[in-house]
Amino acid sequence: MGRRILLTGLDTFWGSRVAAALERDPGVDMLLGMGTGTPSTALERTEYVRADSSYSLLSRIVQATQVDTIVHTFLVVDSSSMSGRALHEINVIGTMNLLAAAGAAGSSVRHVVVKSSSLVYGCHPSDPAWFTEDTPRSRPPRSRLERSLTEVESYVRDFADENPGVTVSVLRFANVLGREITTPISRNLARGVMPSIAGFDPLIQFLAESDVVRCLETVVLESIGGTYNVAGDGRIPISEVAKIAGVWRLPISPFFTRQAAAPLIRLGLLDLPAELETLLRYGRGIDTTRLKAAGFEFSTTSAGAVERYAEIARLERVIGDEPRYRYDADVEAFFKHSPAVVRRVEG
Amino acid sequence: MEWDGIDNIPTSGGALLVANHAGAVPSDAPMIMHGIETELGRPVYGLADNFFRTIPLVGTGWSRTGGVPAHPDNAHRILHDHQELALVFPEGIKGPSKLVSERYQLRRFGRGGFVETAMRAGVPVVPIAVVGAEESMPILFRLPTAAKALKLPYLPVTANHLLFGPVLGSVLYLPAKFRFRVLEPVHFDVAPKLGKYPRGRIMEEAEAIRQRLQEALFDMLAHRRSIWFG
Repeated sequence: MGRRILLTGLDTFWGSRVAAALERDPGVDMLLGMGTGTPSTALERTEYVRADSSYSLLSRIVQATQVDTIVHTFLVVDSSSMSGRALHEINVIGTMNLLAAAGAAGSSVRHVVVKSSSLVYGCHPSDPAWFTEDTPRSRPPRSRLERSLTEVESYVRDFADENPGVTVSVLRFANVLGREITTPISRNLARGVMPSIAGFDPLIQFLAESDVVRCLETVVLESIGGTYNVAGDGRIPISEVAKIAGVWRLPISPFFTRQAAAPLIRLGLLDLPAELETLLRYGRGIDTTRLKAAGFEFSTTSAGAVERYAEIARLERVIGDEPRYRYDADVEAFFKHSPAVVRRVEG
Repeated sequence: MEWDGIDNIPTSGGALLVANHAGAVPSDAPMIMHGIETELGRPVYGLADNFFRTIPLVGTGWSRTGGVPAHPDNAHRILHDHQELALVFPEGIKGPSKLVSERYQLRRFGRGGFVETAMRAGVPVVPIAVVGAEESMPILFRLPTAAKALKLPYLPVTANHLLFGPVLGSVLYLPAKFRFRVLEPVHFDVAPKLGKYPRGRIMEEAEAIRQRLQEALFDMLAHRRSIWFG
């Protein structure tokens, strides 16, 4: 029997891309996506259920569909896009309900994959240069977003302890850059201005969009359990990022940074959530030795991810970022579904 | 700069260099790092207090020239995984905040963390005695209340400040002659990569290294004819 997979956040970048990747695998029998909005990507055979953001009805859905795998991609890692309350609802309460459904008596779930973020390590001057999966945070989280993510991970850990029969994978992704995903950094780059804290030039890790999807796909299909850091090799100074992307650097005062940046944020000239501010001061490195030992190969390095992003941005400046008419995709769909096409029946 | 016993620094494999620390804005770290890099052609990574990381320009400049925040994980990576040289000042912040009247009197060597780090990485400790840094920026007195208000570990008033003013005096050094003496490496015959090592053994080794370094310093001072010409 093939895999039966439930995916959260189908209407977000992560969920839709992972669903598209999983759809291609013949070993996946059923793919059920959940989300609060309308999925924007064209998907072939993924079922879609619209739910509220905290997944209160999830246990019934899990029971009815007998899924064996839950892929939780719907964790918000960008605090500038929503209020604190909504963030808490989605991240903490959503995960709690999800895990409650997965751990209910007689549950069919055997594998839970959670897409977390390297934000759980925080960012502090006393941090080590590289965090391994077992390195604790240097200081308790102070920002709303980091607090909610640490809470989520502690729920996941409890779940793993209580359900030893379930494979639990936690993936901590570094800053993702790519054509489709928007993050505080990519929003800044798109405006042509990269904020920086005057006198600081920290080393930051990046990850290409395609590696994110491939990593989630690999972990789901090969049932790799455990906690893994996911980031491109090496780190790159923020000044270099600005240079590669061809944007201006906007130095902000290292003292009273919040106050200095506030009017600019208000005017919509830059994005500087609390997590990005500390990152621009001290940087962060996460060690990916464990993931590589598990057999995953990255397609590019941190610097490569930035370069790839810059290439796409330059291209879009010329041709625009509207999705172009994809003639071949339409023809493919026609071949697959139209009654006009004579299909040979196999066997 | 004059080096004595530079052969005691291994030309390959990891080693933890420990030295005495001095001068209000310590100049000995870059001097040792640069000295070994030119003499042996190997990089030296200086482990410094996290406090430096929080200062604009200084933190970034320090990390660009081979400085690393002092964290046990960072030290282990340099010494064990990369088999490179790392430099620490076990006196910590107590070293460079010494007054001119207390110069070359070694402070407590922290809690012996450097010995444990070397044991875990399976590398020797190489003590280096430095003479000259104390006189390049001697501290006349400290301003503890102002330091607390500015959240600094200490706020010194140095001879350089009196000579060159508060700004230039923090970056201009007096032309004291620097002399370095590298002592015999200390090998610990213990299994590397253990979670814990006996505290008694650690403190004993740390104290023995401190004693040897102190004696070397006194010996070098006894043979020094001039502060400025060596």
